[in-house]
Parts: sequence; structure tokens; C-alpha cells
Amino acid sequence: MNASAGKHHTLVVLVENKAGVLARIAGLFSRRGFNIVSLAVAPTDDELFSRITIVVDVKSAPLEQIVKQLDKLVNVVRIHEMSPESSVERELVVATVQASPEIRGQVMDLVRIFEARVLNVGTNAMMVSLSGTPRRVGDFARLLRSYGIIELQRSGKVALDALEQLDA
Amino acid sequence: MKMTGSQALMKSLELQGVEVVFGLPGGAILPAYDPLIDSSLRHILVRHEQGAGHMAEGYAQATGRPGVAMVTSGPGATNIVTPLCNAYMDSVPIVVITGQVPYAAVGTDAFQECDITGITHAITKHNFLVSEAQELPQIIHDAFYIATTGRPGPVLVDVTKCIIDPNNPRSEMTWREPSEHNLPGYNPKLKGDPELIRQAVELISASERPVLYSGGGILKARAAEALKALAELTQIPVVTTLMNRGGFPDDHPLCLGMPGMHGNYTSVTAMQRADLLIALGVRFDDRVTGKVSGFAPQAKVIHVDIDPAELGKVRRPEVAIQGDCRIVIESLIEQLKDLGQEPKDRNQWLHTIRQWQKEHPLVYDTWSDGPLKPQLVLEKLRDNTPDDTIVTAGVGQHQMWASQYWKFNYPYTWINSGGLGTMGFAVPAAIGAKVGRPDKMVWAVDGDGCFQMTAQELVTAAAEQIPVKIAILNNAYLGMVRQWQEMFYAERYSEVYLSAELPNYSQWAEAMGCVAMRVDTPEEVEPAISKANEIDDRPVVIDFRVDPVEKVFPMVPAGASNDDIVESPLRNNL
Repeated sequence: MNASAGKHHTLVVLVENKAGVLARIAGLFSRRGFNIVSLAVAPTDDELFSRITIVVDVKSAPLEQIVKQLDKLVNVVRIHEMSPESSVERELVVATVQASPEIRGQVMDLVRIFEARVLNVGTNAMMVSLSGTPRRVGDFARLLRSYGIIELQRSGKVALDALEQLDA
Repeated sequence: MKMTGSQALMKSLELQGVEVVFGLPGGAILPAYDPLIDSSLRHILVRHEQGAGHMAEGYAQATGRPGVAMVTSGPGATNIVTPLCNAYMDSVPIVVITGQVPYAAVGTDAFQECDITGITHAITKHNFLVSEAQELPQIIHDAFYIATTGRPGPVLVDVTKCIIDPNNPRSEMTWREPSEHNLPGYNPKLKGDPELIRQAVELISASERPVLYSGGGILKARAAEALKALAELTQIPVVTTLMNRGGFPDDHPLCLGMPGMHGNYTSVTAMQRADLLIALGVRFDDRVTGKVSGFAPQAKVIHVDIDPAELGKVRRPEVAIQGDCRIVIESLIEQLKDLGQEPKDRNQWLHTIRQWQKEHPLVYDTWSDGPLKPQLVLEKLRDNTPDDTIVTAGVGQHQMWASQYWKFNYPYTWINSGGLGTMGFAVPAAIGAKVGRPDKMVWAVDGDGCFQMTAQELVTAAAEQIPVKIAILNNAYLGMVRQWQEMFYAERYSEVYLSAELPNYSQWAEAMGCVAMRVDTPEEVEPAISKANEIDDRPVVIDFRVDPVEKVFPMVPAGASNDDIVESPLRNNL
């Protein structure tokens, strides 16, 4: 997965916080042949609505069709495309990696370089986490791989408009 | 006012102006059938839930009002999936109420449980699962609003049994009038952007070979009058897609009729040669465009549709106008008139079109003594019934011949299954149409294959004294499939023969309470039709034994360009 590929677009979708809405969106993507690269969803500060950040692969279909079809869902309130230049993007990764005492120091170096955090340490493994730009998170996850990943979860990208955008 | 959920459901339907419900009761929906007795609603008890759905569609298309069906959970709900999908493809406003197992049992694989909201996500405009009695009035209100506004479509309301069962405390509720719609994500746009209308008017004024490509959106928007005004003002010829037959009168000099795979030569070719398509309420369906890259290659496109997702989905328009067809056409007319220009001289274009019409008429063998021709039956039927007769059709050869040979001069007189191509649509759709328009004569033109799929609804029609008339064009084959096997599979016929004798259609029709007739020769056609037209207290079925090898022409082979239209070989005999 290469989040920087030009064919990926980030959509922020405001939806009614109702049962089955995510199924409607996922179903729409699958039946129209649109590809989801990542998906993050949680309620907003107003519990009547949820905010979904979807990274879509527009090689599979024109972005315009994806947006228009999404907009037809009755529970979808608003769709907004986020451009990397005018938004702040964050992603979280949590990973458990092999870290026997001999290589624990190397893993710790990586954690320090990336300003990641150690969440837990076991006899032969460590749990670490990092939040940052999707690219940084991707780099961190890739470097962890060489130590042996036991379990890894990325959150999918979330994005907000940059403050300059809001002031404009 | 205190009441139960089931009483609220009836009251909500009454409040929407519903007069007729097509349905069949069962366990989960059973409590709703008790207050139904005391309601003002007429219930038509169908013999299969698919019939209820198609009747609701026929009713909606004939009247312009939403059709309503009510069935139980599980198999009742799955049996109505086909009509839901049909209504979704053809943008027909229906509201389907399904029973669901009690909320506490949802997710436990209870008896007759089925996740019908999950199943129908992809084939409804929207659906609801209702688990609180108090929510019912608002949800029914919203369901009708969604079904009938914007691009119309089917809405399913899945009602858990506990909230309608008077023995369950969850069914207790206090009636409150539904409020304004609280649907923050739903706000159909009706008015076209004035700047885009201006651009469209410019293109229209500059065009030399324009065609009005009119589709089902015309009928949905009640825009037939507006379309006629636009065509007459601009003197632009009109093609009427399968979903808009009758939306512009066939006897109008500017009407070119049906385009597409089995469209007539002139309609197909006019679009191929056009320099401008004014596409109104159409979706550039593959059955119209043929190979998309070869469709109307020289034409600029103005595309008007209420559904923005249709704009640019198949063909990139020069001007894309989101809005209601009637309102946008009226704006176009207004701006065209304001322009004050004399309409461009398009006599050359109209002359070319007249030549095509003269040189490329629809033809079938009318001279030799052979088996009864289905086209002849349709011509006789057309000429011996009132001009505003409502015609329904199933899917296949008979449907195409009906569209080709009938003269549709009134909107809402042609009801068929276009997008989904649902065999068996004709009989239940005719029943629904007749229930909605008892003042009109209703004929179902059906094939023998289609008839066998839903004929049992004639029992419903007989029991309810709904006098529909059925013309079976019985060619003993799944005729359209047979035609493809003849033309594209080297005459290797595979599983298409049905037999003209089995079933015995006359006996079957009589057993269902219908008057039955059988017609074998051209001479018998008119007397049978006259007799059928006189019967007004029960359904009539005529078994027309027609030529089993007759094919539908013209034809654009699947995947070919519309330039490669194949006409009847008989044209050389003219």
C-alpha cells in the first residue's frame, strides 16, 4: 500500500450515526467496483453524526462517480475531498514486534528516531505505537518488519482541514 | 392518542393517501392485518408476493401515485426482492412493508427470519428497520417522501413484530403526527442552473441535426406536455426510449419512436447522425447506445437528469443539468422564447429523416399464407381497442413487438419491465394498473414463457373482479433466446422449447376463473378481441398461436455499434 500514489484520494464523509450505515457504504463500494484503500470511522462531537475518512483508489472508477453515488445514500449528509496540501492527515499504528533482549536496543533506536512510544515490553517482544502522517507511519511500519512483526494494526488515515483553510 | 404500532401503521398509510395495498399475510406481519379490517384501505390478496410487488409497480406507473405492498418476513420478503430490484432499475415509486421477527429474536436465525434490509441495500432507494413503535409514523412518512421525490424508487420498511403485536408491551405508543422530514442527507434539487440552461439553449440554437432523446424521466416528472411544447417550438424530432413510450405521442409528426437494440431504423440512425442530443431523463442504457464508443459519434450532448450520478456516468455531456425534467424543459422553453430567434431552418434534417422513415419501415411477412404473425395480432389489438388503452408487457420478443407496433399516444399507457427485464411482469402489472385506473381498458401483452411465471395472479384478478385482458403471443418458445441461438449460435437450440400445448392455456385460464379463448388464424383475431373487450366482470385470456420462428427486427447485435443495425431480410421484398 502506497498512500502517496497519485491515484488515491481522501474523502471525508459525514453520515447519520445510524445502524447499518457503514454496511451501506461498504456495499456501495463493492457493487460499483470502487476500491477502498483505508477507512476510519467514529462518531463526531455531535453523536447524531459519524465522520468517515475513506481513502479511495480512483483507478477503479472516476472519483466523480464515487462521490455522486455516495451522495445518493440517504444517510450520507456531506462529502468533502481533502487535498494533502490543505489538510492535516494523521494515522496511528500499533504493533507488537519480536524483540529478544539482544535486539531490543535496535528496536528502541527506531522508536526514538521516529518519536514513537513503547506501550508494553515482554520477554521477547515489544508493543510500540506511533501516530503521524500516513507516510511516516508507513515508513515506521516498514522498518519494524525486519524485526519480525507479531501483530500490527494501522488505523487508516484521518484528516482535517488545515487552519489556513478554515480562515480562508 | 394511545394506540398500538399496528394501528399506527394503518393510520400512517391512510395519512399518506394510500387507498390500495397489495399483499399476503404471514406470521411476522400478522398483527398488522387485524387493524387492516377497520381501516379504509383496500387490500388485494395476492397468490405470491412477487405478484404484490409488480402490482404495486403497475399501480404506480399507471397512476403516478406510489404503490404499496405488504408481506411477511423471511420468504415473503425474499419473494418481493425481484419487484424491488425491478422498481429500482425503472425508478418506480413503491413502498414495501415487510414483517420481521420480534426485535429480541433478530440475529438468532429465528423462524422465517431473514435480513431483508441487508439483502435489499443495493436494490432500494432506501430502507428502514423499525424497532420502536413510536418511530413508525415518522418512518412511514419519510418512506413515502423518499420513494416519490427526486429520482423515484422503491423504499422498504421492515417492521419488527414486537412493535405491532398488541400482546407485546413494546407495541404501545402514543400517536403523534409526523413532523417535517429530518433527512439531513436527502435534498433533491429540482431547478436547473440558469447558466447551464443558457449554455444548453446556445447549443440548441446552433445545432443543425438535433434529436430529443427522451426517456423514463419524462414520465416520472410528468413532463410529457412540456416535452411536446419544446419539440414543437424547436421543430426537433423526438425519440422515445422503451421507458418513455407514450411520453411523446407516436402519431405526432416529430415522433421517431423507439431507439436501441430493437428500435426502428430512423430512430437509431437519427441519433447516429445527430450533431446534438438533448438527453432528457435518460441514462444512456446499453440497450440504447449499443457500443458506447460508436454511439452518436458526432453529437454534442445536453444531459438533463434529476439524478446527478447519471450525468457523465456513461457519456460525458457538453452541458450537464441536474434537475427535474419538467422544470428544466420549461426553463429551456422560456429562454428559447426570450431569445426571440426564428428557429433554425432544419428542413434538410427533417427531410432526411422523412426519407429514412419512408425507406426503412418496420416490416413483417403480410403476404404469404403462413402461421399467424405476432405483429398482426398486435396491429389488430391496437386498432380494435380504445386509443388510451393501458398496455403492459413481460420481457422478450412480445415486449419488443408491442413497443414497436403499438401506437402510444398518451403518457402512462405503456408499462413494462425495462431495466431489469423481469419475465412475468405483465400479468401482475396489468392487475395493478387496472386497480389504479379502473376506468381504462388494460391489456397485458405476454409471452408464453412469461405467462407461466406469474399467471397464478389471475386467480387474484378473478377473485377481486379485476377485468384485465391477457394476450399470450404463444410461440411455444422462449422466443428471444431462441432468436439469439438462431442468429448467433448457429441454430443450435438449447433449452428454449416450451410447447404450445403444455400447459393447456385455455383450461388453465378457465380453472383460474377467466374467460379463455384460443386463436389460430388471422380471421379469428378480431372476433376474439371484440369478444374480450365486451367482458368487464372477469379476466380474459386469449391464447394466440403465433409463428414460432418469427424474429424481432431491426436488431443491433449485442456489443455492436448502432451503425451496424440489421434490418429484416424481408425489406428487400418491398
